[in-house]
Amino acid sequence: MQTDTSLSAAPESARAVRLELDETPLVVLVGNPNVGKTTLFNQLTGQNARVGNYSGITVECRSGHLRGRGKHSSAGKVELLDVPGTYSLSSRSAEEQLALNAALGLGESRKPDLCVVVVDAGQLIRNLYLVVQLVELGVPLLIALNMIDEVADNPPHPEALTRLFGVPCVALDARRGRGVSELTDVILSSLAHPPRGEVRIPYPDTLRPEVDRIVDALPSSWRLDVERDRALARWALTSVAPDDELEHVTAELRASCLEVLERDVDEAIITTRYAFLDAHAPSLYAREAPPPRKRPFSERLDRLLLHPLLGFALFIALMCLIFQALFSWSEPAIGVIEDAVAFLQNTAVNTLPQGLLRDVVVEGVLGGVGNVIVFLPQILLLFFFIGLLEDSGYMARVAYLMDRIMRSLGLHGRAFVPMLSGFACAVPAILATRTMERKRDRLLTMLVIPLMTCSARLPVYTLIIAALIPSGLLFGWLPVQGLLMVAMYVFAIALTLLSAAVLGRTLVRGRRVPLILELPPYRLPSLRTTLRMMKERSWVFLREAGTVILVCTIVLWALLSFPRAPQPAEATAPRATAAQQAPKDDNLAAQKALENSYAGRLGKAIEPALAPLGFDWKIGVGIIGAFAAREVFVSTLGLVYGIGEVDDEAIPLRDRLRDEKTAEGRPKYSALTGLSLLVFFALACQCMSTLAVVRRETHTWRWPLFMFAYMTGLAWLASFLVYQLGSWLGA
Amino acid sequence: MKLAQVTVGQSATIQSVGGERSFRRRLMELGLVPGTRVRVMGIAPLGDPLELLVRGASLSIRRSEAHAILVLAEASVPVVPARSLEPELPADAFGAPGPT
Repeated sequence: MQTDTSLSAAPESARAVRLELDETPLVVLVGNPNVGKTTLFNQLTGQNARVGNYSGITVECRSGHLRGRGKHSSAGKVELLDVPGTYSLSSRSAEEQLALNAALGLGESRKPDLCVVVVDAGQLIRNLYLVVQLVELGVPLLIALNMIDEVADNPPHPEALTRLFGVPCVALDARRGRGVSELTDVILSSLAHPPRGEVRIPYPDTLRPEVDRIVDALPSSWRLDVERDRALARWALTSVAPDDELEHVTAELRASCLEVLERDVDEAIITTRYAFLDAHAPSLYAREAPPPRKRPFSERLDRLLLHPLLGFALFIALMCLIFQALFSWSEPAIGVIEDAVAFLQNTAVNTLPQGLLRDVVVEGVLGGVGNVIVFLPQILLLFFFIGLLEDSGYMARVAYLMDRIMRSLGLHGRAFVPMLSGFACAVPAILATRTMERKRDRLLTMLVIPLMTCSARLPVYTLIIAALIPSGLLFGWLPVQGLLMVAMYVFAIALTLLSAAVLGRTLVRGRRVPLILELPPYRLPSLRTTLRMMKERSWVFLREAGTVILVCTIVLWALLSFPRAPQPAEATAPRATAAQQAPKDDNLAAQKALENSYAGRLGKAIEPALAPLGFDWKIGVGIIGAFAAREVFVSTLGLVYGIGEVDDEAIPLRDRLRDEKTAEGRPKYSALTGLSLLVFFALACQCMSTLAVVRRETHTWRWPLFMFAYMTGLAWLASFLVYQLGSWLGA
Repeated sequence: MKLAQVTVGQSATIQSVGGERSFRRRLMELGLVPGTRVRVMGIAPLGDPLELLVRGASLSIRRSEAHAILVLAEASVPVVPARSLEPELPADAFGAPGPT
């Protein structure tokens, strides 16, 4: 437990210094989930938002500057911060604590000059619960009454809310941009005169001594005045629990809270707040408060989409569509990118003088850039779908439909879409784990996604199966090769689920949180919000994961090309041109160079470790090369065997693998070797890009390294078992 | 009776919310305080979780947790099968706090 001294009543001198350094006023946007906060943020900031991290923790946040329109010339100096949606300020985990930290300026957060509480006009009472908490704590705030269009028949009065809480209130429809300009006005005038609201909740008298006991236990740095101290005490009483993960709470405060809580004081506090809000509800509307009911359109749509048979069928169809899109629709775009990179590489070959510089540019830099942008089509496509699913409200239904299955694996229902995307490519899939709020859920999903059979494994499987597995029919009608391909998918899924179950119960255990899932009303998704998310996610990927991938590509290239043997002129040229121009000799030279390279030596060095799996050093070099991307295994093997560039069919390489002989003249690679190699590729973490995005998402090298270790360990063990058991059985 | 025992389409008034403290708190903060009316809207196709209508919002909780919520079931409002594709339900005051 650490005591936080930077809190509210921080020494005035410290605050004065900060004001001088940071004169930009800070406005924080808080609100329940699904109230259109992001849409409003986009409207208020325009195009100048950036994605970063909250200081000190790995939760992502968006910040931007208030967009000035004509008369608001000073608007551009106001910084706006978007906080993850929250139903209340009571919190358990570090992530949930964010809204509290941001609103009060706790921990590393800067104290905001103003909070804009976004409120859904159709869910007024529940949304006002958060307003009550913030007003009690003395946070300067104003209310943005959003989605006013959805309650046009009997809208709540902004003036009534102003009377109840003593703070400004603006009605708006952020989707259509109505009221946004007025809100900007009010934000600017509120910054000049920070509105301190007041709300008098009639807490029962019996509560007072209990609250005052907690006030006495508050750290002295938190104390300010009587009302605020009591509000903080009530916050502590509704947040501290035997199993919370709160920071900033001293042992003394915790002990006092737990003692008082034995009398269920937290329930009394919450119930009194709701009783107050319910009592005032009628005065907020022109006519009597509307009967709260599910919106008819959502109700009708849910009868269809959550239908036991039809709903499930539609769900599966939709997931198939997304998968199909990732798997095949991205192909043409990926092809164009690959062609463009190849064109640039050829141009560089033809323009630059032969030598080290040319090789670095062509193979290292251009190849690396190609390795990065080749992921963009799938990332853009996946986030297009995720944006629509989130924005329309269907993503919550995915979690609802899949909870039963995912829970048994220790995963969140929302993990389904990222896991499914893992069959196409782990990189966008790992980026998609953002849709889960809890760090523990995200981490667990990330750690198992790379076990899914991604599309980069297919060329490798195809080669191995075609080269080393006898074609034939099982029971006279089942093609062995096809069956094995299906078996590889089943194997991967089984191992993924098993790993999730094991990891979820051991390393990333986390607390078991009961599900409380809101199914928001269906709304027409906003294309603009979706496009913006696609742009942001791609940019973050390019900037942060891209650099790592680029560096790794260059390192791998160097491993495979150094030390450089004295060679005939053209042999150092890129593979593509070398293979086309002077086939035989160059292929042999390239083979020799590779054997002599660091990667070649490394392959030989690790041969003892690979021998029990049935692999020799040549396959070892292939495995090292495949670290750039699994499909590179095929081309690296082509080089190792002196075949040069291999195409998709890889027929010469296939024959070569089949004909490879041991010293005694027996076939070197058996079907068993093939099987062992398939298992190895199914499980090993042969993908630096995956590790790069895991590093980007977890902000530490610890998890990517762990991922590499556990997957490679698993792969080695499984291949070992397959090969040794197989040999023993005499297969 | 327990909320988990309320049939689909039926409404009930919450009497007490039990279970783990943090879960109880979270539910109450979402407006499921004693005296609030809840309607069971449906059950997920795989049998769990449940969909509830509270204060105009659809919330979903698991059956195991719904066992910890005690309710007073209402004298049957004409039960419309929630799964049918019939026209919409009659508008009534579901979710508003009733007399305790």
